[in-house]
Amino acid sequence: MKPRHLLAAALIAVCATSYAATLKWGAQNDILTLDPHSQNHATTISLLQHAYEPLVRYDKKFQVEPALAESWQPMTPTQWRFSLRKSVKFHDGSPFTADDVVFSFDRIRQPQGTMQPYVTGVNEVRKVDDHTVDFILAGPNPVFLRNLVIFHIMSKTWAAKTKSEKVQDYKSNEITFASRNANGTGAYIIKSWQPDQRIVMSANPSWWDKREGNVTEVIYTPIKADATRVAALLSGDVDLVTDLPTQDVTRLRQDPKLKVLDGAENRTIFIALDQGSTELKYADVKGKNPFKDLRVRRALNMAVDREAIKRVTMRGLSIPGGLMIAPNVHGYSEDIDRKPPFDVEGAKKLLAEAGYPNGFEFSLNCPNNRYVNDEEICQALVAMWARIGIKAKLTAEPMGPFIAKVQNFDTSAYMLGWGVATFDALYMLQALARTRTTGADGSFNFSRISDPKLDQLIDAMKIEMDQKKRDALIREALVTVRDQHYFVPLHYQLRPWAMKKNVTTVHRANDAPESRFARVD
Amino acid sequence: MAAAVASWLRRAWEHDLAWSFRRSPVTILAAFLTLACVGSALFAPWVAPHNPFDSATLNLTDGFTPPAWTDKGSAKYLLGTDDQGRDVLSTIMYGARISLGVGLAAVLFSATLGVSLGLLSGYLGGRLDTFIMRVADIQLSFPAILIALLIDGMTRIALPRDMHDQLAVYVLVLAIGVSGWVQYARTVRGSTLVEKNKEYVQAARVIGRGPFAIMLHHVLPNVMGPVLVIGTIHVATAIITEATLSFLGVGVPPTQPSLGTLIRIGNNFLFSGEWWITVFPGLALVVLVLSVNLLGDWLRDALNPKLR
Repeated sequence: MKPRHLLAAALIAVCATSYAATLKWGAQNDILTLDPHSQNHATTISLLQHAYEPLVRYDKKFQVEPALAESWQPMTPTQWRFSLRKSVKFHDGSPFTADDVVFSFDRIRQPQGTMQPYVTGVNEVRKVDDHTVDFILAGPNPVFLRNLVIFHIMSKTWAAKTKSEKVQDYKSNEITFASRNANGTGAYIIKSWQPDQRIVMSANPSWWDKREGNVTEVIYTPIKADATRVAALLSGDVDLVTDLPTQDVTRLRQDPKLKVLDGAENRTIFIALDQGSTELKYADVKGKNPFKDLRVRRALNMAVDREAIKRVTMRGLSIPGGLMIAPNVHGYSEDIDRKPPFDVEGAKKLLAEAGYPNGFEFSLNCPNNRYVNDEEICQALVAMWARIGIKAKLTAEPMGPFIAKVQNFDTSAYMLGWGVATFDALYMLQALARTRTTGADGSFNFSRISDPKLDQLIDAMKIEMDQKKRDALIREALVTVRDQHYFVPLHYQLRPWAMKKNVTTVHRANDAPESRFARVD
Repeated sequence: MAAAVASWLRRAWEHDLAWSFRRSPVTILAAFLTLACVGSALFAPWVAPHNPFDSATLNLTDGFTPPAWTDKGSAKYLLGTDDQGRDVLSTIMYGARISLGVGLAAVLFSATLGVSLGLLSGYLGGRLDTFIMRVADIQLSFPAILIALLIDGMTRIALPRDMHDQLAVYVLVLAIGVSGWVQYARTVRGSTLVEKNKEYVQAARVIGRGPFAIMLHHVLPNVMGPVLVIGTIHVATAIITEATLSFLGVGVPPTQPSLGTLIRIGNNFLFSGEWWITVFPGLALVVLVLSVNLLGDWLRDALNPKLR
């Protein structure tokens, strides 16, 4: 090779490195599956969104923007027509058409998966032509598009070829081709997944959209232990770490080689109280349920020192709150976010009025590996309630056994964190506060709250298409939940991410980094 | 009466053991430290400055207070507080209670098991002897901690979680006890092989005493010396094993923390600078184990006729 050519080659190599970069990302958990319709699990979704795409997606500000659908319009309030993007190809080269949307809709609704909430309210998807589909809704739905953002599209021909038409049955430990291999249309191709070790993704060269960043390879490493994960960043083994332990954030901020990107998550941490049982299952009060009494619920709320939890337990990484939705969720308004006053004497007085001058005893169930400092917060609550004479017996255990108890109504009070995937208050109100029925109504209302007036408000906002009227409904519902003290809201989580100085990315309120926004210089 | 006590005390004072004890300042110090640890653990509810498990007295706003002698320290909490505002000194005292209790119970359990198996093995001999000793050989080829982990893991699967938490301490005693019986069995078997051919045992046999009576009343008292030495040293090992298991998160639950659990919890705050939460329980563990070990060493030397 002549020297001139060598120089040119070197130049190209230099240029190429500035356009190609590897992002090494470390977080706490591994994914559960690669099947996009199997598990409604935050980590799994945050990885799969690199490879699979929905018809519409969120932009940087969580507004809906076109993805696989170029445009859409309601024909009638219950029939929406989507024009699909043309010449989009799946990673295996097969073209994306209306058949894939219809197929994916039937697939995501299979009962062994847990992703049905993302197509709730859709009765049918009809193919009009190769690049047009109609969504037939059960009723008018103001947040319909926001529901669709995690409805990931899978190739029909690929599924047929690999016998993956059926969604993986995760609960019975089934392993299918689609749970081990991914084939989407997204910005990144999942090259390999070694469970509990790493996931390797490379940029999709024929992606229809342009990546804003320069990351061409993503290596995801799950690191369970907090200290090890932080050490991996400090030693330079990974470039970006999510799921930061709160106590280490200050130290990471002071490290000159690192930077911390702050951001609020769309999640509320709260305690739910069993208001359905006529007698509390695990309590020393017999024959009645103290949580049915507003004064008791109010007293429990007043005994919580939310500022102390923020300062000591969360090290400043929370926003103490009195509403059940975080500030970045539609429907939130600062003027109604009034926290119950921290007042031990007042709480005691209320308890005495309610007929429990010496308090009572009940059991509190908490996860210990799900939310930021979940077990520590519960321990702090036990101490705070002890001061008004209420003895809470704490059981903290991993999410699996914990959630099983909650879903079997085998608790008297429990901690939960509710993230709002649609960024609209309805998602929370309908799941947590609406009287339970068989469908999406009250799907997570395991404390069996039932308030006919609240139900009316929620049912009305489901179909109210006039934004102003709908906002008024949301506001009234949120204030009712607050004033009736149906829950003990604690705070909204902040979820900082730490990264090397040369990494730039956009913080996401759903705590799911998107590598297409990331730059490594 | 008083005279009897005085003469007993005099005899004790002039005994070989007491003599060698008096001559070794290290042993005196170790005994003093052991007594202090055991005393503060045993009487924790009365001597500890706070009751860390009475939630009503906890104040979250006192959380992460550093030790009293540092700038932000408070005289109320000599060794500082942990993330929930619990006094570290008090949690150490209560924690040592669990650690010592588990350690002593495990030693009692494995000594009983090991001594009985050793006696049977040595005195009866034959196939039983071969069997017990081969099992012992097999177990010796595993580290004790692995056996303990195995037993703990099996009970975890067998018992429902709620029950397991309640029974955690007993499971731990069982796990550590079973992992330590081999030493006793082998020592006792060796001594028994020697003793059983001595005249007094033969005499007992001649007058028609049964084998179990002979083992219990004649052989056992004469093989107990080494068992005491092993037992003392084993207390230290058992405490360490318990701490290791708890540090790994498979020991006692955080609701009744032992020293190992305290060290594990405190470890989370080491990076962020709250060193006292883990360092002081660690120091307490070191002091406790070291002094028990020194006592054990002294006992071994004092009882060994060859070293006298």
